Amino acid sequence: MDIKALAKLAKLNLDKREEGYFEKQFDETFKIIDQFENLDTSKISETYSVIKTKNIMRDDEIDISRILSQDEALRNAKSSHNGFFVVDAILDNDR
Amino acid sequence: MLLIHMNKTIQNFNPVVGLEVHIELATKSKMFCGCPADHFGKKPNTQTCPVCLGLPGALPVPNKKAIEWCVILGLAFDCEINKESNFDRKHYFYPDLPKGYQISQYDDPFAHSGKFQMNNIHNVRVRRVHMEEDTAKLQHTEIDGKRVSLVDFNRSGVPLVELVTEPDFDNVDDVVTFLQELQRIVRYLGISEADMEKGSMRLEANLSLTPDGTLPGYKVELKNINSFRFLKKAMLYEIDRQREILTAGKKVIQETRGWDEEKSATFSQRVKEDAQDYRYFPDPDIPPIEITQLQITNYKLQIPELPQAKRERFEIDYKLPGDFIDILVSDKARADYFEGCVKLNNNYKAIADLIINKKFDEKYPEPAGLVKKLVELTNVEFSTQDETQSAVNLVIMDNQKPVEDYKNGKVNVIGYLIGMVQKRLEGKGNTKLIQDFLLKGLQK
Amino acid sequence: MIDRNLNKKLNIFLTLVDKPKAGIPIAIKDNFLTKGIRTTAASKLLNSFIPQYSATVVNKLEANGYSVVGKTNLDAWCHGSSTETSDFGPTLNPWNTDYLSGGSSGGSAAAVSAGIVDVAIGSETAGSIRGPAAWCGVVGVKPTYGRVSRYGVIAMGSSLDCPGVLAKDVVSATKVLKIISGNDPYDATSSNRETEDYELFLTGNVKGLKIGLIENYLLPEMEKEVVDKTLGAIEVLEKLGAIITRVKTLDPKYAIGVYTVVQRAEVSSNLARYDGIRYGNDRNYFGQEAKRRIMLGTHILSSGYQDQYYKKAEKIRTLFNKDFDKLFEGFDVLVGPTMPGPAPKVGVTKGQSMFGEMADVLAEPSAISGLPAVSIPCGFVRRLPIGLQIMGPQFSEGKILNVAYTYEQNHPKF
Repeated sequence: MDIKALAKLAKLNLDKREEGYFEKQFDETFKIIDQFENLDTSKISETYSVIKTKNIMRDDEIDISRILSQDEALRNAKSSHNGFFVVDAILDNDR
Repeated sequence: MLLIHMNKTIQNFNPVVGLEVHIELATKSKMFCGCPADHFGKKPNTQTCPVCLGLPGALPVPNKKAIEWCVILGLAFDCEINKESNFDRKHYFYPDLPKGYQISQYDDPFAHSGKFQMNNIHNVRVRRVHMEEDTAKLQHTEIDGKRVSLVDFNRSGVPLVELVTEPDFDNVDDVVTFLQELQRIVRYLGISEADMEKGSMRLEANLSLTPDGTLPGYKVELKNINSFRFLKKAMLYEIDRQREILTAGKKVIQETRGWDEEKSATFSQRVKEDAQDYRYFPDPDIPPIEITQLQITNYKLQIPELPQAKRERFEIDYKLPGDFIDILVSDKARADYFEGCVKLNNNYKAIADLIINKKFDEKYPEPAGLVKKLVELTNVEFSTQDETQSAVNLVIMDNQKPVEDYKNGKVNVIGYLIGMVQKRLEGKGNTKLIQDFLLKGLQK
Repeated sequence: MIDRNLNKKLNIFLTLVDKPKAGIPIAIKDNFLTKGIRTTAASKLLNSFIPQYSATVVNKLEANGYSVVGKTNLDAWCHGSSTETSDFGPTLNPWNTDYLSGGSSGGSAAAVSAGIVDVAIGSETAGSIRGPAAWCGVVGVKPTYGRVSRYGVIAMGSSLDCPGVLAKDVVSATKVLKIISGNDPYDATSSNRETEDYELFLTGNVKGLKIGLIENYLLPEMEKEVVDKTLGAIEVLEKLGAIITRVKTLDPKYAIGVYTVVQRAEVSSNLARYDGIRYGNDRNYFGQEAKRRIMLGTHILSSGYQDQYYKKAEKIRTLFNKDFDKLFEGFDVLVGPTMPGPAPKVGVTKGQSMFGEMADVLAEPSAISGLPAVSIPCGFVRRLPIGLQIMGPQFSEGKILNVAYTYEQNHPKF
């Protein structure tokens, strides 16, 4: 398991100590997880959620009761400017 | 196009193009919350809520209308509709993506395996049509000398339909034709303005070259190009650029490129390292959506006559020249207006001409207004007196029975006789003149 | 008024409301958003986060005569069963401060156990209500998944998280459960089944009730006294006319793997929103445990590994569902010890990366199947409380509360 690549994917900065530390622990964790390898699930399908309901949707109506004012939206912002959130410049204008 | 190289085997590289198109739906509310979806020209961050701002603890509830419109667009492209569909989480980090994942669809999109045919474009396969949510809007600027980006979450969570084709295009003209038709179909369905400038329709063309028709192992993504004209230029430029690289035996870098109109050249935006690992998995916050056969039948009924069908019908019913039909059909309201006129007057070509070249449909909001004007215009050169007189004489001669009736006092027969004379004069007769000559003729 | 020294000593509340509104005082676990009241998830990342909205559970309580008095400590982001991963230090066990209160709803359980409030709100992904309830000697109710709205609750495992109740007795727990249950249009996974008036179920009568005693929950490594006290509690029910039969379930140790995989995957996704732009500090403020779970979850979901781990786990989840469905054909409820033993000492989790998942082994099977469960105090081992858990089929809250109530009203003095 490539800890460095994983940290990049998860956008986490790990120091050398943490990288070594996690590597050891992941092995422990996988030893426990791998116990379920010997259960035969060949003819079993996944259960992604235990609720049986389907088609839970909302009508296309505007719900003003939850709309935040500009101040409320920005209240916890690290930095804002003229009603915008401000982040460090992004180099290319696309991902 | 043959390449003459002294020692090289002559290789001919042909384009292979696949498309990804995003359409911003014109619903009232956003995709997973009740905030207004229309974000155009609004003050920044004034149309957000815990859900579309990605606050801790917020949960998505999908917009029923958006899902219906997505299925309808899929049906308009002959797609199969999944009996059960799911929303999935697509993970990547970017300041305009509040949750750190976009709710999209992966394994079971609403619609898939569709197709598109038109004129010489035969069977472009539509891989899928699915729902997702838009990101926030980014602006790049400078504050106190520091380059920063500003983020406005008003657009965050607006419903986006994505239509993806297989790489079935082999020339740029077909690509543009397809995109223009897609724009028309979307407007016919009334689900979006599909306005490239306003960003409610966004194009991504994946272009590569193949020497032998097999699918190349690379693709260049042309993105952030907001007009058909620029896209065509960008594709033509890319074909030359890539052909040069391949002919020199080099590899083309897999990357995203944009179009620079001044330099009239494509430019690299971001080298796509290894494929992004989006770690898709079914969104546990949203139960599956089931679409029944009955619903599909109802949705089909909601689909109006689409442009291609209307063109074929116009050709049969009105025998207008091809370019006239294309212009009329390119705007559903204009086509309906034209058909409003032809109900009142069967001079199809003249009516079409008045609409297309003289924009009478804008001058006369009601079709009847145009037709009235048309009749006045066409009657300016009346038939001459002699033509009217000889027509009257012939009509009297051919209609002994009605003439007798008139003489025996059935005076209203005169209307019929006037009509007959007018027909003979192909509608160019002056009714007053006809009436006078007839009355004189009937005295004898 | 809150006894501030007691709070300081036990480290129960992270934030106290200085002027609580009138109403029945209730403590709220600090992963529930409370408008205008700091909400931290016990993480320095959110240590100055003042939410702009409240969780549906909080709104419902305030609309029904309850008053929020403070936000209780938890394992940071609910990651753990000890409150030792909290950035604000662990909550100590009111029965003996050398011992843990449990987690991740440790603060809420301690608040009730210390007599500061009669009722508190907690949340459980697997064991996070039942565990601290057992270790602190209070009643803990984990409802059916979807019975109580998750809107406004900082997400850990979206397909597992259940808001629930900790209380000094079954009746007060039942009252609160009734208020917070029900459909929420802001939570697409909240059930649209009618809620029942659970108090009407508290008849105190279990005659003829078919109870399955899960034999393989009496783990081999359990202290003898824990097994005896558990069996003793079950005898009380038998004397009251319940029919007890020993049963075996699918080995709970498989549920550890399923729970770890599903929860870590969902955690890595649910914590992706914390980028420090719209609220809170940046991702460097995640603690060790959070980083570890995010990393593992990212790996589990990454392409090439999903089938081996995530999809496999969700298939075994189906096996547990089938196993419980079959058992509930023959039995009204299932019972067993809530935890492998009483509270361990403070500091025990050091270096044990899987402490939480191992401690909650007896809660994980019913949690991954979304079943309702109640933990009721059933005695002491080494002068530390232990709990009996009662599990039922989905939406059988009334029935399992009555079993707990009947035991509570009839058990001999501990």
